[in-house]
Amino acid sequence: MTTISQPDNAVIAGMSESARSRAPRRVRGLSDRAIAWLFVAPTIALLLAINIFPLIWMIRLSFTSLNLSMSYLPLRFVGLDNFTDILGDEDVWFRLQTTAQFVIWSVTLQVIIGFGLALLINRQFRGHSFWTTIILLPMMLSPAVVGNFWTLLLQPQIGPFNYLISLFTGVPPSSFSMTGQVSLAPWTIVLVDTWMWAPYVMLICLAGLRSIPDYIYEAAEVDRASAWRQFWSITLPMTVPFLMLAVLFRAIENFKMFDMVNLLTSGGPGSTTELVSITLKRAAFEKWRTGYSSALAIILFVTVFGAANIYVKALNKVKQR
Amino acid sequence: MTAVLTKSTAHSIVEASPRAKTVAGGLVILYAVITILPLLWIVATAFKSQSDAIAYPPKVIFQPTLEGYVNLFTVRTRQTPDFIAKLPPPETWYDKLVRQRDMVIAGPSKVVPRFVNSLIIGFGSTFLAVFLGTLAAYAFSRFRIPLADDLLFFILSTRMMPPVAVAIPIYLMYRQLNLTDTRLGMILLYTAVNVSLAVWLLKGFIDEIPREYEEAALVDGYTRLQALRKVVLPQAVTGIAATAIFCLIFSWNEYAFAVLLTSGEAQTMPPFIPFIIGEGGQDWPAVAAATTLFVVPIVLFTVLLRKHLLRGITFGAVRK
Repeated sequence: MTTISQPDNAVIAGMSESARSRAPRRVRGLSDRAIAWLFVAPTIALLLAINIFPLIWMIRLSFTSLNLSMSYLPLRFVGLDNFTDILGDEDVWFRLQTTAQFVIWSVTLQVIIGFGLALLINRQFRGHSFWTTIILLPMMLSPAVVGNFWTLLLQPQIGPFNYLISLFTGVPPSSFSMTGQVSLAPWTIVLVDTWMWAPYVMLICLAGLRSIPDYIYEAAEVDRASAWRQFWSITLPMTVPFLMLAVLFRAIENFKMFDMVNLLTSGGPGSTTELVSITLKRAAFEKWRTGYSSALAIILFVTVFGAANIYVKALNKVKQR
Repeated sequence: MTAVLTKSTAHSIVEASPRAKTVAGGLVILYAVITILPLLWIVATAFKSQSDAIAYPPKVIFQPTLEGYVNLFTVRTRQTPDFIAKLPPPETWYDKLVRQRDMVIAGPSKVVPRFVNSLIIGFGSTFLAVFLGTLAAYAFSRFRIPLADDLLFFILSTRMMPPVAVAIPIYLMYRQLNLTDTRLGMILLYTAVNVSLAVWLLKGFIDEIPREYEEAALVDGYTRLQALRKVVLPQAVTGIAATAIFCLIFSWNEYAFAVLLTSGEAQTMPPFIPFIIGEGGQDWPAVAAATTLFVVPIVLFTVLLRKHLLRGITFGAVRK
């Protein structure tokens, strides 16, 4: 298709080039500047109303002791108390550690599996397109629905997962519980998240692999570089910017993770899988500590935003090389 | 056809050997089969009877029944066999099915209203987001807007907030405005989330349409708006459709806002499905039936979107 449209474009480009020199610059109707603002304003207005105004409100609330279950109390400003409370709270640090471990393990596994799959699919075997679509399905599903149906699959007695494991290892299926055991639950959320999102990394890596021009490999062949050598000095370095992009997106998404884990383990057993978003939800919508949770929300936002900015800078550096 | 083409090109050095292809294909198919098993299990569970669904050990071969689907759409009450024997004969197949379990249908369940909510909120927010997004994307693509990069970054950054964090002030604001648990409230919220994706994706699509087409139209005496409507939009149709499907999928799948900000009137499917309860806990065949019905459109969309998937999931950062 592109081959057809290209000469076409060139002809039109040439035509308008000659036409432009003759035509007056003025265009009928609204001026371009008016149209530009008219078109951008509604979006900005909506985002100001639904995102920015509430955010500013939340910043204000984070300096108060507002508790919605006792909202009859007058609004009392407590300065930075909420922030010092949170940063001095050992529990919050534990939740952040749990979250960090979840992010690191799930993203690492997704990168390994996703990149591996992309390398295999890039060999363009027969039917690769069909199987790729099958592999992509999990990431399109609703995380909440995924979390919910995995609880059935992982039930120690009635679920098929434990039976499959026992088929291969001989461990009796009802002797362990993937969601109910302190030692296994953190791995369970990593497992389900990887099942869901490894295809995401795969898809981005595949684009990276396809962006490498053939002539580089041809040159390497001429130089008699081994396949191993080609992988380390061509394939990997040229895919790294794509990999980093995938890692950025996945890390941000998993740092925010709420839905899937909330339905799979709801933070349990105890608080072994209580990610920071779940803590936030409990503080805000179960204990109704609005002032406190506003402060926590701001801390989280600043963390994501700061980390993402540093990462994007690194990403750009890699791209420039 | 592509196979023939790749064979005839001069790049045969880079082509994988037939054996390497077979090995790669085998591994990928193995992964695909393993990854699809959980979904197949759920689809199968929807056709199990209550006792087969919670059988120990789990059943792979079973007598299929539509009980799960019937349970999903109805509310039933348990009756004595004597009472059921006295009733007039069942009028429909599902009445009959339910009576075999000593139950009588008492009325429709809430699943249809929830499904309708999902549809209204999904399509409403998609339409608004794509409409606003197209306008903004066109402006960003074609005109010089002061601080354009900063504005675009601002539009994107609104997506970096954890949804639970966003929900806190929205909850307070909606309480003041009487928008809690309303479809309008959810449509506005989802529009705000989707519009950032729409602007970024559509800007990419519109950037790819050569300016020369419009400029030729302007020279011919079209106004900007006419040129947009008659020249740019027809060429951007594929991109707009792909963007719309991405927005629809987001709204369809969204859970955090829905569970925190709705409780009845405006509740969508994701917070509803886990709470389909039977006698003694989750009614798994009904839950599986709801999950299946909920997931089918997503599977269709994935196939439709296949070519544009990469763009959608990276906010247009990676294009093919």
